[in-house]
Amino acid sequence: MAKRITTVNKANLQNTVHTGGCGECQASCQSACKTSCTVGNQVCQK
Amino acid sequence: MNIHKFYLNGLYILLDVNSGAVHVVDQMIFDMLDVFTGDNDAEVLAALSGRYDSRELTEALAELHELMAAQQLFAPALNVPPTFSDKPLVKSLCLHVAHDCNLRCHYCFAGTGDFGHSRGLMPKEIGEQAVDFIIANSGQRRNCELDFFGGEPLLNMETVKHVVSYVRRREQETGKVFKLTLTTNGVLLNDDAIQYLNENNISLVLSMDGRQEVHDHMRPYADGSGSFRDVATNVRKAIRSRNNQNYYLRGTFTAHNLDFAADVLAMADLGFTQLSVEPVVAKDCDYALEEEHLPVLFEQYEQLAVEYLNRKLHGPAFDFFHFNLDINNGPCVAKRLSGCGAGHEYFAVTPEGDLYPCHQFVGRDEYLLGNLAEGVTKKELPEQFRKAHVLNKPECRDCWARFYCSGGCHANAQLFNNRIDQPYKIGCELQKKRLECALMIQAKLALTANEQ
Repeated sequence: MAKRITTVNKANLQNTVHTGGCGECQASCQSACKTSCTVGNQVCQK
Repeated sequence: MNIHKFYLNGLYILLDVNSGAVHVVDQMIFDMLDVFTGDNDAEVLAALSGRYDSRELTEALAELHELMAAQQLFAPALNVPPTFSDKPLVKSLCLHVAHDCNLRCHYCFAGTGDFGHSRGLMPKEIGEQAVDFIIANSGQRRNCELDFFGGEPLLNMETVKHVVSYVRRREQETGKVFKLTLTTNGVLLNDDAIQYLNENNISLVLSMDGRQEVHDHMRPYADGSGSFRDVATNVRKAIRSRNNQNYYLRGTFTAHNLDFAADVLAMADLGFTQLSVEPVVAKDCDYALEEEHLPVLFEQYEQLAVEYLNRKLHGPAFDFFHFNLDINNGPCVAKRLSGCGAGHEYFAVTPEGDLYPCHQFVGRDEYLLGNLAEGVTKKELPEQFRKAHVLNKPECRDCWARFYCSGGCHANAQLFNNRIDQPYKIGCELQKKRLECALMIQAKLALTANEQ
């Protein structure tokens, strides 16, 4: 039981290496900012 | 760099870069990670036994090894996945329906609307061709996007309306689904325009810079008078009429308002809840951001993050685009490499039908891709953009933020470094600070949810 570490998410990018790439998600620059590119705040559409 | 750790707002946070796992740790673990590399327990004990109890250090090492076994610490490096195909599909277009504007914003990358060329409106036929272009080039992909952009797109509502009707007809014929957005300065948002945009489910990106004096200073009319009062009235009406949804209020901060957190909060205090405020991209002018401004800007992001979190927890909450990090169901690796898609999945279309890698490249002649009639004629450019991802760019490959920023904005890189594979340094530094703030916010929210 972890005493000193709390993991706050369930992410594992490795799991998406073979499953992603459908491209149905929004273009990241198009959604709000138009000047800076951030993909971390996009949500997977699957 | 495969881990990143930082202390912010009372939390010691550890990000495992290759898995995306976010951990909140205690100070001892935080200090251990200055030394721990995964297989050097003895070295960690030797280095820290003077500051911490040896038994506790041994326990903590066991916890770290558990994380490693779960691939949540020092997870293996990610390579270009097989799902990241060599041949991109175009899924998003920015339609410059008007290369003209009714404001004279000092920082406008469009050169006050004309993008360094003649002023002009996009004919309906070009709009139709653009829709056909995206349908022809998006393959099996169902979701497509069109943004009505300018200059000021409301100066050409005739073409906007025509294209929307055409899109809806083509959706029926092809099974595609178009998400439509319109980016406007708000000056011409009258009742008719608002009703039309609402009825046709068009998302709005509305430009406002925060406090009235800040906005009026940078966003005047052609006669020099400020536009805030008109814009605030129209924008408020538009947002209320769509039940406070389906919009972003989007501002720009410059060297003239380094205390930009006040501008974000000013818009939140007006009751707006979907906010995005961005650093100006400019050089060789009095409002340009310089490296010497970074400490002040970092402090501003941190202050904003603390207040943002406070309002998330205790209300009234608002959303700030760059703090909305999805740490559980974020994008796949392929998306994190393709980034904004500029130049390979996302193009801009001028009123004449010329194609550019994105709206910010319009007018940079060496980046003219081709046109709607002939398609992409400079075929090497999309390939260059496709390959300019974080695993190929030397400065990105080892950066802890590589899977969140997707390598930064190509247009900024080209503007400052004259090449797209060398990122714009100030942009990177600000992005990393925003990400730290966003990770802290998500961690706090998750911890709070666990306690309840």
